Amino acid sequence: MHYYLDFEQPVAELERRIEDLRRLSDGRDINLTAEIKRLEKKAKELRTEIFSSLTPWQKTLLARHPERPYTEDYIHFLFTDFLEMHGDRRFSDDPAVVAGIGRFEDAPVVVIGHQKGRGTKERIIRNFGQPHPEGYRKALRVMKFAEHFRMPIITFIDTPGAFPGIGAEERGQGEAIATNLLEMSKLKTPIIVVVIGEGGSGGALALGVGDRVFMLEHSVYSVIAPEGCAAILWKKNDREVGPDDYAKAADALKLTAADLRKFGVIDGIIEEPLGGAHRDPKVAADAIAVIIRESLQELIKTPIPNLLDERYARLRAVGSFTERMD
Amino acid sequence: MPWFKKDRAIKVTSKKAKVPEGLWVKCDGCKEIIYKKEVEKNLKVCPKCNYHFRISSRERIALLSDNNTFEEMDAKLSSKDPLGFKSVTSYRDKLKESMANTGLNEAVISGKAEIDGIPVILVVMDFFFMGGSMGSVVGEKITRAAEMAVVESLPLIIVCSSGGARMQEGILSLMQMAKTSAAIGRLKDAGMPYISILSDPTFGGVTASFAMLGDIIIAEPKSLVGFAGQRVIEQTIKQQLPNDFQRAEFLLGHGMIDMIVDRKHMKETLTRLLRLLQ
Repeated sequence: MHYYLDFEQPVAELERRIEDLRRLSDGRDINLTAEIKRLEKKAKELRTEIFSSLTPWQKTLLARHPERPYTEDYIHFLFTDFLEMHGDRRFSDDPAVVAGIGRFEDAPVVVIGHQKGRGTKERIIRNFGQPHPEGYRKALRVMKFAEHFRMPIITFIDTPGAFPGIGAEERGQGEAIATNLLEMSKLKTPIIVVVIGEGGSGGALALGVGDRVFMLEHSVYSVIAPEGCAAILWKKNDREVGPDDYAKAADALKLTAADLRKFGVIDGIIEEPLGGAHRDPKVAADAIAVIIRESLQELIKTPIPNLLDERYARLRAVGSFTERMD
Repeated sequence: MPWFKKDRAIKVTSKKAKVPEGLWVKCDGCKEIIYKKEVEKNLKVCPKCNYHFRISSRERIALLSDNNTFEEMDAKLSSKDPLGFKSVTSYRDKLKESMANTGLNEAVISGKAEIDGIPVILVVMDFFFMGGSMGSVVGEKITRAAEMAVVESLPLIIVCSSGGARMQEGILSLMQMAKTSAAIGRLKDAGMPYISILSDPTFGGVTASFAMLGDIIIAEPKSLVGFAGQRVIEQTIKQQLPNDFQRAEFLLGHGMIDMIVDRKHMKETLTRLLRLLQ
């Protein structure tokens, strides 16, 4: 049984009926194939229609879908010989960040990503994918390892944000993120970033500085979550905020892959299977593989000084302002 | 029927100390009512509890740089509204309002200055302009200042004061964190010193980028500095926060900053540092 979001209910209804018909025809003589085929076609059409016009808020919900493939799922599909590396060598090992080495089509690479966890128990262990400073420091340590052994880095972004807590502040959440931003901007090895789900603010960006940045079609990337934005804008003593406000905030924030492409923040959008990556994780992973392959081929050929200049230029160019010339 | 009805609401508010506009101010630190002139004479520091009031970027520049040495750079940069951001008031209106209220173009002023005769690049954020939030212009000005410090081989000093990244410019604000941090990275590679001064308050995307990247990090006493805001933390962990949580003294205790310096000693401390680094 799949988990359906509210806006998927019409499709869910059809798919339940198809399921019922299948069960009904199973092991009996009645042939319902024609009817099933007809409904399947209808479900596909309906799904295509719904998914071609998702609102930014619906995309946000889809990006957080509990069945959406996480970093570890993509590691499983994309890399062989993967070995996880643990710990920041300073304080602890943060399960909200996964890091390690493996092979991408025979070439050794370093892979790093946020990991949300599936099911209540793992979700808690992974802290819902919200890293503490030690998570970012582990990531940086492994990135330095990659630089040292000349391996390209591939990062997967999927977090609601860096964890807001007492320990996180005591151990320098801000400093940990800032240091990653600085260090990633001059790491002497290619970095490819793929936003696979939620790109939650600074906590996402701390793994997100690279030479190529891509987003999955239904992922989102924002300076603040729509809920937080709505609370700041509209929450007053006598007024609570709700889903309608979140939807408005999601519109205003321009957080979809298409928006970011338009702003020149990302290099491309990776198409997802119909209904979202969780409907067919293998297909989603294959699409990511194509992008990684192409990017690696280009980046490996680029001399490191040029690579770093281009990386700096890419960061340098982001922004929108006017400058009077009088 | 009595002639006058006692109004309870009025009675309640009258309990609170009402501060007459102009003459007196209430200290946010010790809640004492202090004669305003006395506070101003004391560099806007409470003479009773040493609470450092927030000051404008202009006041800060006057405090830190030698008289008439500050030459502003990049003064003609101003924000656009790349998202077409709409809420109760539009972003454009909010910008106009902030400009009118502060007389500033944006939430940061940058320029060349001298501190006790030593030339530096001085950047000062202004909390009174949209909470010192970092959008494209703030990010660009800080980046240019860091690049100028490299070109001119000058030390960089940034006085931080910000609620974080500016929501109204969405992802472009977020990316200013990476842009400014990369520029600081280049400054470090060039071997020029960067001194970061944290003033009340410094939060979010500013803490998580250039603010915490100083070769030397100094904070004003009792300044609130952190990544996540206290309300967000309380709502997330459902616990009461320690008393001095995210205060400068808390950061010093946890190894996050080098020193806490009173406003009245800030310039002198900078001078000593700059001489040692020359």
